[in-house]
Amino acid sequence: MVELSWKLLLNTLVQRHGRNPVRLLQMLREVQESKGWIAPEMIADLADWLGLPGSQVRGVADFYSFLHTGGPCRYRVLFSDNITDRMQGSEALLDYLCGRLLLEKGRVSEEGLVSVDTTSCTGLCDQGPGLLVNGWAIPGVTRERLDQIAELILGRRPVEQWPSDFFVIQDHIRRAGILLGSGLKPGEALRVASQRDPVSLLEQVKASGLRGRGGAGFATGLKWEACRNAPGDQRYVVCNADEGEPGTFKDRVLLSRYADLVFEGMTLCAYAIGAAEGFLYLRGEYRYLLEPLREVLNRRRAEGLLGRNILGRQGFDFDIEIHLGAGAYVCGEESALIESLEGKRGIPRNRPPYPVTQGYLQRPTTVNNVETFCAAALITHKGGDWYRSIGTPKSAGTKLLSISGDCAKPGIYEYPFGTSIRQILADCGAEDAQAVQVSGPSGRCIDATEFGRRIAFEDLPTAGSFMIFGQERDMFEVARNFVEFFAHESCGFCTPCRVGTSMLKGAMEKIAAGHGTACDLGEIEALDRVLNQAAHCGLGSAACNSTLDTLKKFRPTYERRLKSLEFEPAFDLDGALARARRMTGRDDAGAHLETEA
Amino acid sequence: MSERQEFLLDGEEVPFIPGQTVLQAALSAGRYIPHLCYHPEFKPHGSCKVCTVKSGGRTHASCTLPARAGLEVDSATEEMNQLRRTLVQMLFAEGNHFCPSCEKSGNCALQALGYDLGLTHAGFRHFFPDRPVDASHPSLLLDFNRCILCELCVRASAEVDGKNIFSLSGRGIGKHLIVNAASGRLADTGIAATDKSVAVCPVGVILKKRVGFAVPIGKRRYDERPISAQALEDAPRPPAATAIQETQ
Ligand SMILES: Cc1cc2nc3c(=O)[nH]c(=O)nc-3n(C[C@H](O)[C@H](O)[C@H](O)COP(=O)(O)O)c2cc1C
Ligand code: SF4
Ligand code: SF4
Ligand code: FES
Repeated sequence: MVELSWKLLLNTLVQRHGRNPVRLLQMLREVQESKGWIAPEMIADLADWLGLPGSQVRGVADFYSFLHTGGPCRYRVLFSDNITDRMQGSEALLDYLCGRLLLEKGRVSEEGLVSVDTTSCTGLCDQGPGLLVNGWAIPGVTRERLDQIAELILGRRPVEQWPSDFFVIQDHIRRAGILLGSGLKPGEALRVASQRDPVSLLEQVKASGLRGRGGAGFATGLKWEACRNAPGDQRYVVCNADEGEPGTFKDRVLLSRYADLVFEGMTLCAYAIGAAEGFLYLRGEYRYLLEPLREVLNRRRAEGLLGRNILGRQGFDFDIEIHLGAGAYVCGEESALIESLEGKRGIPRNRPPYPVTQGYLQRPTTVNNVETFCAAALITHKGGDWYRSIGTPKSAGTKLLSISGDCAKPGIYEYPFGTSIRQILADCGAEDAQAVQVSGPSGRCIDATEFGRRIAFEDLPTAGSFMIFGQERDMFEVARNFVEFFAHESCGFCTPCRVGTSMLKGAMEKIAAGHGTACDLGEIEALDRVLNQAAHCGLGSAACNSTLDTLKKFRPTYERRLKSLEFEPAFDLDGALARARRMTGRDDAGAHLETEA
Repeated sequence: MSERQEFLLDGEEVPFIPGQTVLQAALSAGRYIPHLCYHPEFKPHGSCKVCTVKSGGRTHASCTLPARAGLEVDSATEEMNQLRRTLVQMLFAEGNHFCPSCEKSGNCALQALGYDLGLTHAGFRHFFPDRPVDASHPSLLLDFNRCILCELCVRASAEVDGKNIFSLSGRGIGKHLIVNAASGRLADTGIAATDKSVAVCPVGVILKKRVGFAVPIGKRRYDERPISAQALEDAPRPPAATAIQETQ
């Protein structure tokens, strides 16, 4: 009977996805969600149905953190492991829950009931520590909450029946500007655009000086134009809602509260470039947003803002589908995201060709960040020149910041470009900041001497993460957390990042354990150089930023930990003899290396 | 006939056919750039990064960098060779490479590259990963300890043999090679000792049984001449040059 039930499930699932291998990741994610794991028989069946090698299906499943092939487990609890979660006590809380459940971290309990582990930042930094239970986000975890969770788990209560107040996530909008305060109504920008031709929309976006909000800062108008002009008869719009950079959560708030604006921006892009299909790639951590977003899409279809002949304009057809990620930061990189959309392992492609000419299914594709699409909607409504008048000459408009860490009022702040760090720190109530990590682990760490610097592409570019560290924080531990993040998220494609991030992690662990020497600092510097020079994508080349910055600005926190400035092997020779001593029952001086010397 | 186009490699002109990458054009012109995951019969992969060169102040993998007229590329510099040495050291550290007991010794591209680049020491702490050997197949042995994840076997099996015997699984440092069988054993796949995927492995992972040490050490491929000399002979020359169409 059990067998029949999963066969049936797989069958309906595969049919619903049109037996299309491109949808493999979505199918795997659904199997995971309904069965709690992806069993070998299911992999084999999926492979058969889709005409793929079984090993390829397994290779995809084993790439993503939220897909499990190792065995069943009814409740998978994952604590968000960003530095801001740790600052809010996540590590002790994890231990506490393990204690309550008599579990070891990372191990599934005997009867396949529960496991407790960590995961990369879940985007709840302003209301942490956060965790995921079977993929559903819970903010503000406390011991009391964990007591309740432990009881629900031990009582085998399905997660759908858990108290709904566990899952309430706040928006925390602290400062609204032209974007968050626009009051734009669904369809308002589209109506303006559809009265003119697509090229004049393109010209507006170009005139606005809008640059991508996802990190790289490429000129949005030029990207749209290149995509429009690329040869091919099918084009795609992709909204990058992977928001994986630790410390970022502004896209979560845009998708929760301003979903119409996001979809409006995507539809405008479709109009400008001539696309009929769009995707929103939503990070797995935001699973809880899937149904609400689908409702917004349905409403927009009913209102004539999506679908065929949008706003009555003949031939303006466009629709949007939501794809969920499954726990892989690298899938925020646009070409890896496209691979993932195609149902594959999220490996960044070799470029050129770029997505604007050969993206999804090798067709012209425009990938933009959630916030970029919102800004484009605003620009369409109010005009490019208006937008350009805000911010600095090189950085037009405003930027949403996700502020977390040591401050009184963490949350979302919208600022015109050109605002100083000092101003931002004052606004959010960070009186005693030692350092700020601007744009997440991939960005830069700045110390108090640099608080006069400004948020702008020409000074401190940022994708929106803004983590504040007070005087009492140990910046070595901050860097170590970031290094662990990159090692965990490296896709493993290229040598420098696959091996280098693990080596960096090893070196930081050695120093943390008190075995470090000046030699290890040298090794870190060598690894930083290799990552910088040879990594295949931005993940690897940014992986060295945190050690580079903290070694330069907070070197004493490293040196304080060094055992000596001479060579020290990572290998503890005397420790290695412990087993031999136990076996021979000896513990005299002669059985120890150090006393011999 | 289109006009002859050229770029500069270490200050010397290298002709190319549009569509070729810098590495392809260099090899066709008899100029060596160290490389590992590139193989003249396959599309450039771009993963090992040993072929990294400098151009316009930035570094690029030359196997995937499209050749362009007027491009100025630096390859034989101490800076690039140092980078390559470090990358090769990283590959050695990642796996378990005990060259003296390896049947591939002398025929191994990783080892040969190490010698050619003048590697003198390990450089990094080794990871000593635990990777069991698959000896299930009657005529082939899979020793994953030496896998450098170049994906040549994956590509050869899919594109040449049409068998899809190999795939990659896992992520990051946990990335590893798997075979296409529910049991996970090579014996349960349709591989044959004559497959391209067997011949293409540049290191000692996919080995034929019962032919071990048929050629004695000292008389093997890279014992004769360094890899830099032999790679040139393997490279296709015009007009047979294989152009890069797309890289993924
Ligand atoms: C490792 C890595 C992760 C990334 N993650 C994201 C992300 O989560 N969201 C995002 O919008 N862009 C991300 N990017 C940048 C994208 O590659 C791409 O530049 C962006 O989506 C383009 O949109 P924009 O021009 O609107 O910024 C990431 C890049 C790298 C290298
Ligand atoms: S830099 Fe890292 S994440 Fe990017 S391709 Fe290389 S291994 Fe993958
Ligand atoms: S088995 Fe050989 S050919 Fe295949 S990935 Fe490993 S090293 Fe490359
Ligand atoms: S040969 Fe170019 S990356 Fe491997």
